[in-house]
Amino acid sequence: MQSVHLAWVDYTILIAYTVFVIGIGFALRKYLKSSSDFLTSGRSIPAWVTGLAFISANLGALEVVGMAASGAQYGVATAHFYWVGAIPAMLFLAVFMMPFYYGSKARSVPEYLNMRFDGRVRCFNSISFAIMTVFASGISMDALARMLSFLLPWKNEYNIGGHVFGSYDFYLIICSAIVLVYVLKGGLTSAIYTEVLQFFMIVLGFAPVVWLGLKEVGGWSTLKEKLSVVAQNPSALYLGDKAYNSGAWSHAWTPIIAGPEHNPMGVGVFPIVFGLGFVLSFGYWCTNFLVVQRAMAARNMSAARRTPLIAAVPKMLFPAIVILPGMVAVALAVMPGKDYRLPPVAISATKMSYAVADVKAAAPDNAPAAVEKIKADVGLGMDPAKLTAIIQANSTSALSDDDLKTKLQDAVTDTYYNGVTLSLIERYCPAGLLGLALTALLASFMSGMAGNVTAFNTIWTYDLYQAYLAPSKTDRHYFVVGQASTVVGIILSIFCAYFSSHYSNAMNVIQLVFGFVNAPLFATFLLGMFWARTTGTGAFYGLIIGTCTSALFHSLTIYTGGTPGLQGAYLWHFLGHSTIPASCILPSSMAQNFWLASFAFASCFIFTTGISLATARTKTDEELKGLVYSLTPKLKDDETHFLLRPPVLATILLVCCVILNIIFW
Amino acid sequence: MGLDIRWPIGLMFTLIGVLLVITSFSGGASPRLPGVNIDLIWGIVLLIFGIGMLAGAIAGKKQGPPK
Repeated sequence: MQSVHLAWVDYTILIAYTVFVIGIGFALRKYLKSSSDFLTSGRSIPAWVTGLAFISANLGALEVVGMAASGAQYGVATAHFYWVGAIPAMLFLAVFMMPFYYGSKARSVPEYLNMRFDGRVRCFNSISFAIMTVFASGISMDALARMLSFLLPWKNEYNIGGHVFGSYDFYLIICSAIVLVYVLKGGLTSAIYTEVLQFFMIVLGFAPVVWLGLKEVGGWSTLKEKLSVVAQNPSALYLGDKAYNSGAWSHAWTPIIAGPEHNPMGVGVFPIVFGLGFVLSFGYWCTNFLVVQRAMAARNMSAARRTPLIAAVPKMLFPAIVILPGMVAVALAVMPGKDYRLPPVAISATKMSYAVADVKAAAPDNAPAAVEKIKADVGLGMDPAKLTAIIQANSTSALSDDDLKTKLQDAVTDTYYNGVTLSLIERYCPAGLLGLALTALLASFMSGMAGNVTAFNTIWTYDLYQAYLAPSKTDRHYFVVGQASTVVGIILSIFCAYFSSHYSNAMNVIQLVFGFVNAPLFATFLLGMFWARTTGTGAFYGLIIGTCTSALFHSLTIYTGGTPGLQGAYLWHFLGHSTIPASCILPSSMAQNFWLASFAFASCFIFTTGISLATARTKTDEELKGLVYSLTPKLKDDETHFLLRPPVLATILLVCCVILNIIFW
Repeated sequence: MGLDIRWPIGLMFTLIGVLLVITSFSGGASPRLPGVNIDLIWGIVLLIFGIGMLAGAIAGKKQGPPK
């Protein structure tokens, strides 16, 4: 994939977007009067805005790109991440949990935990969440800087104090600076407004690409036809060694119901419904402050409850924009004459130089040996036939270096799925639309950064600084601390971005650890909100044990094709077993993830219940009013039209979601 | 808050719509589907959207700030 050529119009759109987001920040500056205005928007935003920001905060570019990647690898079953793995949880949040978050006047999720339990759970949650947001922001920054330096490379490099500053550094600093300016000036409101802008950019930027892709394939029924070709022979596209039924890419449920061996995801019904649909999904949507913060910024309780419901509508329809491109890509790849192949993983410059040297040094009559050497040096899957052809061609008449590089890159068989989105953008967008689509990607990365930074500065200021370090200062003091923590948050994210770019394995470790922490979390909230008997001690130790269960599960299991170590099952080695028992090998990493979540949730639930029953309650019923479902007077929704009442609206949306599942059964 | 978000959204997309329509005059066809002048089509769609947003913002201003 070569860098794209941008025309003046594309640059104009990019720059216009940047000017607009900074402008929004400045325009909002004069409305910020208190720390609560800066950090929580002073609870003043209309429901449709918080609703779109809610969905947008979740929709980072990594998700946009990642969903297309999954769409290519798994077909329409990827929609489970939306229809099973998001909608039910969002509806539950709106109807049952928002009253507690909003009504308790808690300014953050950890603050709610403090009110409901005590400082221990709050402390654990705030620290783990604060660290996670900084890393999440850093990962977004890193991905953005890399994408920009790839697409629009900066030729100049500067050597400052021994470190070479090139495109990557330039883009990292510039994008961080832009986010810093508009968040510093406009606070959470600024982040929310730009998230809404980003939402429209993504929808309006990618919809034409998807439409053009579908048009080129020849419509939905042709798409299904081509997908059945893929399903019956995925190895032709290097998608794995198994073959599936013809409907595996175009049906969401039948391949899953058939069992883990019959779908590319390698999961059955239980892990999808319980692991993903319940534990992971509710765990994210109902407890993650990044999204809940947007709902808490709404102007009143009814707006707060409608926020996730409003968000659910685009969420249900998003698969058409983010997953469909992946499916279109694989369909195109099996259509001869379309001249499209899924983007291969790029060979790094260093390894490329070895490979080129290997080709030049190869003896044409001993091609297989040379092929093996090239494969070993590059470290990626490669097509031996193509490599042999390159060696033969080079021995007949020496090819130029550039020619060799192109051919070698083309011989790579490992697919870079995250590159599918960009490859389709390049394929279909003329100048103009190209600028829009790329700006949409840029917008979503930047708002991923901004969203995490605004969550970080609130958690830091209220749950860590005010709670433990400096409790009785003036509001002006906390306002300034809020702003300072924004700057610090961005700087820490920059460090994380550099860390992520050098030690991608370390980043995998960090994400793993946060997966461990998130998995049991929903059990704690569920018990806290719906069972008055849950005690602080029970919640705290239950959560710790649940997190340990995640780690234990991961250390004992692995998935087919994974290497023991970072991908699991390292404990067996320490226990003296050289082979892993078959019962501990799961069909795919997704299966491992979903089962891990299920076990961690169950363990946290059981231990929290048990320990709570064994310890005394520290809060009376009166103190828990407004924090526990059974002790809170039911909200009266009769001031609004029947169809707009949250429970009614939620039911309608649930029915729509079920209908979608049936259509793509 | 004080700033109606429909203003920046409306302005942004009206601007992009105009830019796309202008670009379409010098050939805005999609590389793989030469019959489809996507810049023109989408430029018009965005213009309608942007102007619609601006209309909403103006109407909101006339209504006065919410209670």
